[in-house]
Amino acid sequence: MSTTSTVRSAASVAAGEAAAPIIELRNVSKRFSKKLDFAGKIAQKLGAPVKDETVHAVDGVDLVVRKGEVVGLVGESGCGKSTLGRMVAGIMPASGGEIFWHGRPLNSLSGAEARHAKLQTQMIFQDPYASLNPRMRVADIVGEAPLVHGLTRRAEWDAYVDNQMRRAGLDPAFKRRYPHQFSGGQRQRIGIARALAVQPEFIVCDEAVAALDVSIQAQILNLFMELRQELNLTYLFISHDLGVVEHLSDRVVIMYLGRVVEEAPAEEIFARANHPYTQALLAEVPRIEARKKSFAGIKGEIPSPLAPPPGCHFHPRCPHAFDRCRVERPALKEIAPGHKSACHLNDKVA
Amino acid sequence: MSQTQMQTSSRAAATAAAPTLEVRDLQTHFFTRAGVVKAVDGVSFTVGRGKVLGLVGESGSGKTVTGFSILGLVDAPGRIVGGEILFHGQNLARLKEEEMRQLRGNRIAMIFQDPMMTLNPVLRVDTQMIETVLAHTKVSKEEARQRARDTLGMVGIPSPDERLKSYPHQFSGGMRQRVAIAIALLHRPELIVADEPTTALDVTIQAQILAEVQKLCAETGTAMIWVTHDLSVVAGLADDIAVMYAGRVVERGAVSEVLDQPLHPYTHGLIGSVPSRNKRGEKLRQIPGMTPSLLSLPPGCAFRTRCPRAQEDCARDPALSELLPGRLARCFHPHVATHGSAVQGSVTQGSPA
Amino acid sequence: MSASTASPAATTPARAPKVETPWRRFVSEFCESKLALAGLIVFAIIVFIAIFAPWLSPQNPYDLAQLDIMDGRLEPGARDGADTMTYWLGTDDQGRDMLSGIMYGLRISLLVGAGSAIIACAVGASLGLLAAYAGGRTDTVIMRLVDLQLSFPTILAALMILAFLGKGIFNVVIALVIVEWAYYARTVRGTALVERRREYIEAAQCLALPTRRVIFRHLLPNCLPPLIVVATMQIARAIALEATLSFLGLGVPITEPSLGLLISNGYEYMLSGKYWISFYPGIALLITIVSINLVGDQMRDVLNPRLKK
Repeated sequence: MSTTSTVRSAASVAAGEAAAPIIELRNVSKRFSKKLDFAGKIAQKLGAPVKDETVHAVDGVDLVVRKGEVVGLVGESGCGKSTLGRMVAGIMPASGGEIFWHGRPLNSLSGAEARHAKLQTQMIFQDPYASLNPRMRVADIVGEAPLVHGLTRRAEWDAYVDNQMRRAGLDPAFKRRYPHQFSGGQRQRIGIARALAVQPEFIVCDEAVAALDVSIQAQILNLFMELRQELNLTYLFISHDLGVVEHLSDRVVIMYLGRVVEEAPAEEIFARANHPYTQALLAEVPRIEARKKSFAGIKGEIPSPLAPPPGCHFHPRCPHAFDRCRVERPALKEIAPGHKSACHLNDKVA
Repeated sequence: MSQTQMQTSSRAAATAAAPTLEVRDLQTHFFTRAGVVKAVDGVSFTVGRGKVLGLVGESGSGKTVTGFSILGLVDAPGRIVGGEILFHGQNLARLKEEEMRQLRGNRIAMIFQDPMMTLNPVLRVDTQMIETVLAHTKVSKEEARQRARDTLGMVGIPSPDERLKSYPHQFSGGMRQRVAIAIALLHRPELIVADEPTTALDVTIQAQILAEVQKLCAETGTAMIWVTHDLSVVAGLADDIAVMYAGRVVERGAVSEVLDQPLHPYTHGLIGSVPSRNKRGEKLRQIPGMTPSLLSLPPGCAFRTRCPRAQEDCARDPALSELLPGRLARCFHPHVATHGSAVQGSVTQGSPA
Repeated sequence: MSASTASPAATTPARAPKVETPWRRFVSEFCESKLALAGLIVFAIIVFIAIFAPWLSPQNPYDLAQLDIMDGRLEPGARDGADTMTYWLGTDDQGRDMLSGIMYGLRISLLVGAGSAIIACAVGASLGLLAAYAGGRTDTVIMRLVDLQLSFPTILAALMILAFLGKGIFNVVIALVIVEWAYYARTVRGTALVERRREYIEAAQCLALPTRRVIFRHLLPNCLPPLIVVATMQIARAIALEATLSFLGLGVPITEPSLGLLISNGYEYMLSGKYWISFYPGIALLITIVSINLVGDQMRDVLNPRLKK
C-alpha cells in the first residue's frame, strides 16, 4: 500500500510525507504536582495517609505536525489533549521531553527567535466567551498584538484591523464594539481574527467549535478550511467530536489518559481502527445515519488521572485485555505504513 | 388551514392509545425590560407511552423553556400565556403550584444537563433519595432505602449499597448524572423531561447512559422528552422528533422520516451542517446567518431571512400543517419529496381526516 | 474580498444597533434601585458642599479672628453678638458656627477618607495582582503580610501608628493606608486568581505580549469591579475610622476640626443639655456613611456576576 493513497486533498498531497515538520514532540510529558503544605508534612510524619499528588496529564507523547497538514487530536476528558495543545502553542512549559520548532529545540532559541516561534503558533480556544477580554473593544483585541510586535504601524493600523476582521468574516463596522455584543459564532470569528492578525503559519484549535450550535459550527469549520487554502495554514485540531475530526483532518491521533494510543491517516483510522479504545470510541459515537441504534457502551469509567491503572491504561475497560496488558505499557508501534498503535494484541497476533 | 383541521390531523397521526402528554399551541413569554421575549410561541407535540420524543433546536430556540414549562418551572419574568399541556388529559398549565408539586418528581420528572441541579452537594445520596421517596409515598424508611438502592442498581451504578453512603462530589460526572437519573426514576414517573443530560459527558459515558435510558423506556413504559441540540443523539435514541426554531416547532414526525427526508428548509440545513453527512474535506452545507434575536423576529416565517427557498409569501405566518401522512412542517415551500409525490400540492390541500 | 464573505449575514449586529457599552449597562442597572440612587444624590450633595464650603459657609471656622468666644455654646437658631448672622445649628464652646464647622469638617473627613482609600487601593491592588500573577514565594510573602495586618484590631494598629508618627492630616492618611491596604490586596488577589486562568489571558500570552502589559491591560481591568465595591465601602470605613481617631484625640489638629473632632468637642457638654455640639456633626457623619454604603451595596449587586441572571 502506498502512503500517498491515504492522502487526499491537494494541500496534503503537496505537503506529502516529505514535508518538513513544523513542530515535533519527543517523549514530552506534563506533570502537575500538588506538594504537601506544612500541615500536610506534619500529618505525614504522624502517619496520616497523605502524600504529594502528581498528575501525569501528558505522559511521554511523540507527535509530529508537518507543514500544510491538519492533524486531529481526539480524546475524552482528562486525556491531556488540551494540555498537549497548550505545550505545542508555547503557553505551558513541558515537564519532560523535547519540543522542536522547525527542527530546532524550542528551549535553545534566543529571545527574539522564541518570540517569533510563539507568534507563528497561535491558538483558537474553546469558549468564545472566556477567550475574549470583555473589557476591550474588538479593534483592540484584534489589533493589539500586531502593533506591539511591529507588524503594522499606527497609521495603517485601522486598515490592518479591518482586513483581519474581513478575513474572518466579520464586518469591520463593528470594530468599536465589545465582545458581549456578539453571538457565540461571531465571537469565535473575533478569536480567529485575533490569531490571524499576527500572521501565524500554525494554528492549534482547542475544541474550537464545541461550544457552538450545529449550523454555526458548520460556518466556522468552513472558514477554517477556506483559511487553510488561502494562507497555507497548518492545524492541530483538538476535539472530542469524531465527526468534526473526520471531516477536517488528514491525520488523526487518539489519546487516552495522557498517552497516544493510535495514530493514522484519517481514512485509515476510520476504516481500520486498530486499538480497542479507538474501536469503542468509533462504535459509540452517535451518528445521524444510525437509527434507533442500541447503545452498548464500553464498560467502566475513565479512571482518574491521579491514579491511572498500571500497564496499558485502557486494560480495565478493554474486552481483550490479558495478563501482559496489566503490567507492561505497550509501545506505539507501526502496524501499517503511517499507522501506529499502542496495543499488546498486535504482538500476540504476530 | 384551520386550527381544528390541524388538530384532527395530528390526532389521526397519533396512535390509537391516548398519548401520555399532549402539548397544544404552548406559549411561554418572558416580560423583560427590553420587551416581550416570545421564548415559546406556539409549540404542539404529543408523546406516547414508552416513546421518546427528541426536541431539537439550537440555542435560543425555546427547547429548554418548553421543557421547563411542562414541569411548571418557568420563573418570573416568564410565564405561560397560552396553550394547553395535557398530561393524561389534565391541563398542567392551569394547575395550582401545590397541585403541580404533587405531580413533579412523582409522575413527571426532570433530568437536567447539570446533575448538580438535582443533587444537594452537602447531603449524602441516601438522604436525598429517601427524602424524595418519602415526599410522595407513605412507606417506611427501610422500604424507601430499599427502593433507592434498587433504582441506583437499575441505572447501572455498581455496588449501590456502598454508593448510597457517598456524597455527590465523590462521584464522577457520568455517575453523578446516573444518580440524578435514578432520583428522577424513584417514583416510576410516566413522563420524563430530559434537558441535554448527556451533553457534558464523554462519548463512551454518553453511550452508557443512552443505553440505560433506552432500556428503561422500553421496560417501564415511561414517555420521554429528550431536549437536545444534537441531531446524532436523537437519531439513535428517539422515535419522534420535533425541530424548534425561534420559539416554534417547524417540523415534526418520525425520526427516520424527518432525518432522511426533511421537509422544512431549516431541518434540511441543520442536517446538512452535521459534518458526518458531508464528504470529508468538502465544504459543509452551512445555514447562512445566525439565529435572530427573539426580541426582533421578522414577521411571518422566522427562518425566511436565512432560508434559500424563501419567497414573498413567507412574510405571512405559515401554520404547522400535515404535508405528508404523519409529517408536519411549518413552511410554504417545503423540500419536495425525492419520490416525486407532489408535496407542494398537499400544503393547500390539507390532509384527509 | 475572499471566499469567506460567503456568510455575509453572519456579520449582522447581534443586538439592536445602539452601542451598549459596559458603562451604560452599569449605569442603567445601578439606577434600578431608587434607594441607591437617592444615596448617590445625597453623597453628591455632600461632596459638593465639602468642595465649595469656603463659598457656601456663613463663617470660616478656621479663622480664629472671626470667632468670638462670647458666642460660645449658643443654641441652634441664635443670633450672634453683633446681630449679623444666625447660628442655625448653634455654636461650639469656642463660638464656632456649627454649620460652617460641619461643612469644613466634611472637607477634612472626605479628603482623609478618599485620599487614604485611593492610596491604599493603589498599593493593595498592585501587591494583590503581583501575588496572583507571580504565585509561589512572592504570593506567600505578600499574603502572610496581609494575614498579619488583618489579624490586628484596626483601631489599635492605627492608634499605634499615630502615636509613632504624631498628629496631622497627612499622618492620619498614612495610618489609614497602612491599616487598609490589606483588604484591597486580598480582594484583588482573589479575583485575579480566577481571571488569570481564563482563556483570554492565555490568548494574550500566546500573542507574546509583554508581561507588564498582560497584567495591567488585560488582568487589572477585569479585577476592577470588586475593587470598586471594596473601595467604596472602605471610603466609608476610613471616614468613620478617622472620626474615631479624632474623637480619641489622635487625629487631625484641633485648629482644623474634622467631623470626629467636632463630635469630641461637644462630648463633655452632651449631658448638660447642649446636645447640638455633638449631635449635628454626628448626623452629618451618619448621612455621609449611610449614603456611601447605599451606593456601595448597589454597586456590589450590579458588579457581582454571580448575582446576574
